[in-house]
Amino acid sequence: MLNRRQILTRAALVTAGSFVPRLALARPGTERRFIFIIQRGAADGLSTLAPMGDPAYAGLRRELAADYAGLPLIGGMFALHPALKEVGGLYAAGQALFVHAVASPYRDRSHFDGQNVLECGAARPYQLADGWLNRLLPLLPAAEARALAVSATVPAALRGSAPVTSYAPSGLPDANEDLLQRVSRMYATDPALHPLWGEALQARSMAGDLAKAKPGGAAEAGRLVAQMMQGPEGARVVMIESNGWDTHSAQKARLNAQLGGLDAAIGALRDGLGEAWSQTLVVVATEFGRTAAANGTGGTDHGTASLAMLLGGAVRGGRVLADWPGLAPAQLYENRDLRPTRAVDAVIAGALAEHYALDPARLAARLFPGGIGKAEGGLIRA
Amino acid sequence: MNATILGPSRFGLGALGHAAPPADPRAGLLAELERYQPAPAPIAGLPGSGPIIRDLAAALEERKEQRKAQRQSGRDKAAADSPPEPPAAMPMMQAMPAAPAKPGEAAPSPELKAARAAVRDHYLAAVAARTQVALVSDTPFAERLVHFWANHFAVSVDKLQIIPLAGALEFEAIRPNLMGGFGDMLLAVEQHPAMLLYLDQAQSVGPDSFAGQVAGRRGKRQVGLNENLAREILELHTLGVRTVYTQQDVTEFARALTGWTVAGLKPSKVLPTDRPGHVFAPLIHQPGERLVLGRRYHQAGAEQARAILADLAVHPATARHIATKLARHFAADDPPPALVARLEQAFLTTGGQLPALYRVLVDSPECWTGAKFRNPWDWGIAAMRALDIKTLPAKATSGLFTTLGQQVWKPGSPAGYDDTAAAWAAPDALLRRVEAAGRVGQKAGVIDARALAERLYGTTLSPATRVALAGAESPAQAVALFLVSPEMLRR
Repeated sequence: MLNRRQILTRAALVTAGSFVPRLALARPGTERRFIFIIQRGAADGLSTLAPMGDPAYAGLRRELAADYAGLPLIGGMFALHPALKEVGGLYAAGQALFVHAVASPYRDRSHFDGQNVLECGAARPYQLADGWLNRLLPLLPAAEARALAVSATVPAALRGSAPVTSYAPSGLPDANEDLLQRVSRMYATDPALHPLWGEALQARSMAGDLAKAKPGGAAEAGRLVAQMMQGPEGARVVMIESNGWDTHSAQKARLNAQLGGLDAAIGALRDGLGEAWSQTLVVVATEFGRTAAANGTGGTDHGTASLAMLLGGAVRGGRVLADWPGLAPAQLYENRDLRPTRAVDAVIAGALAEHYALDPARLAARLFPGGIGKAEGGLIRA
Repeated sequence: MNATILGPSRFGLGALGHAAPPADPRAGLLAELERYQPAPAPIAGLPGSGPIIRDLAAALEERKEQRKAQRQSGRDKAAADSPPEPPAAMPMMQAMPAAPAKPGEAAPSPELKAARAAVRDHYLAAVAARTQVALVSDTPFAERLVHFWANHFAVSVDKLQIIPLAGALEFEAIRPNLMGGFGDMLLAVEQHPAMLLYLDQAQSVGPDSFAGQVAGRRGKRQVGLNENLAREILELHTLGVRTVYTQQDVTEFARALTGWTVAGLKPSKVLPTDRPGHVFAPLIHQPGERLVLGRRYHQAGAEQARAILADLAVHPATARHIATKLARHFAADDPPPALVARLEQAFLTTGGQLPALYRVLVDSPECWTGAKFRNPWDWGIAAMRALDIKTLPAKATSGLFTTLGQQVWKPGSPAGYDDTAAAWAAPDALLRRVEAAGRVGQKAGVIDARALAERLYGTTLSPATRVALAGAESPAQAVALFLVSPEMLRR
């Protein structure tokens, strides 16, 4: 296991940006930390926090809804996915806030374009070249603006003129399995590649789990990130990319693993940050949601509204914020998706404004010029 | 597939991501033949084979010193019993970096380590230069032809002496003669130190030469004729296997080639010490007239083998052999007979002028249809060109192609890498490409693979690829999928 200094040294080698002052004197200042976790691939909010109290839900989701039978309801009508044990604990401790039926301004169903809007904060994809998280950095005290992307390259949300470093721990769960499945589909009609690929996958499965991510990889990654956020020269703003949420098939097992990994990472972050957790805000968001109804392959397809999670000791949690739009046919967006009733940009801008004591309206305009809502209030403890 | 889209991948090294498609693909390819640069900057900046041989000699000397010191120390019987000199073909590339000492073997001295590093660095620098040129070249048809000929005249770095010199063969013998006659290239290759060392010609001694007679009187049995280069010239470089030559021709040709050797590798009484590289050493040349393919060669010294090579270079069997290989490379794994015949005819009427053959390829409909499966080198280069990756660290470059299953200049045999899909379209190789594509995708930065695919393949993009790219869960995944799409796997 690397110690923190070694990790920081290695991280500094990865990009030219690097942590700015290597030995920044520990300013008497705050210990506020912010972590943005993007769920790439359109995470299914309707499974993460299942609206069991909605009369249409069980019929739309069929066997996917079975996992929630008998679970306690929170906010009067929602059941948290059983894999989210740590997150459930945070909720019970008043440190988890769920905001349901949220969406960015984007209304089509392309992953790239949706992620670009979510990360850059414009109204339309590729309108802005820099990301909202980078635009946040100059507004923060220098000691709180040291930013780190936990990925091989800097993702769009953190791209921009403010210095940022990036580091990818090898144990991060990746979407390897998902890529292989997509390759299978792409080769399905190619007479030469299809059989070859089938053999390749067969050989790979015979080789066992060696090629797959280690169990506990997500927890390990969470511990690592927490470590990199410790100490006077540690990072204070971190973005973590989580891939593999595009569950068109076999959603039950895949989502169980995906949410289990996310949950383990969050638990490890909380444990690793220790006392600093009390002043930490974690935002988990995805580019859009998935169809209200299950599809024919045990999965769901690209949808619209989804779920955002605010976690951490700084959060005024133990609540679900939702203007529930309903899942009856007439209530769905374009007859298929959960209808958005809140803006994810308004949630993020509002939480950050309170977390860093910045003016909400001005912050929202700066981070999300394409945003559609007024910054939400009352998300962070006073 | 239309010519605008097929041209850059079939004839070139894959379209550059940012470049506009050629207006007139055929005219563009022919124009490349005029614009081609034999020594572009990355290659011009490398040391030639002379300085490389000096470094190689130092490494060989250090190794010898170490072994000597070890034997003298005599502290380990097992070490003393081990063979004093390794077989020439043994040391692998992997053995070159400071390998852990075997039991009974002293750790390498600092001098030996440094000498090994120098040898390895020549290889890495040459791989990096070759790749660099391929990534940015605006004459990729000509560069593909360089790679074709380097593979036709293959050497392999699984032999120690070849590690630092493989690149020099391509840069010094292939590139300058790319637009000349086949005979010029043939002569330059067979005289190059890399080829003379790889196929053991450097040690071949005429039994009746001065040195051979001296050695014979002293009972040195290991000194004598080596047929390796002579055989491979006939079988692989010129006439082709099972054609018109006999074992007698091989032996006679080998006798003629004696004296073609390499100076500067070790202290020698018969070779000049001041200029490392190819020399003709009269003291080891087998005297007398030779009979090869029914023709008598009465020339003296170096002229004898030159004359034989000149005849081989224009032999009808050579014309057919080269025509077949070019047709396989540019048209199909099963070379279309009509194309082979056209190339053969052009070879014979021009006396093997290579640009004439290249023009036949561009003008032949057989080269503008179907698909060739990209080998790992082709695929890696095409992938990086598509992403506009312009440079790559030397070690990463070498490592990439090794991982993909085609280490640069290491075909393992003088026959070179196979040029058919059967050799490359294998399950594990495909899996490695997908894994590599996944990693490249992660590092590619902000690239919209949908737009890129549209630019490179336009309306010819298959529905399956289009659907896969549109449905990818992230830009990085879309880049990975594009790189391993059926379109990108073929040329």
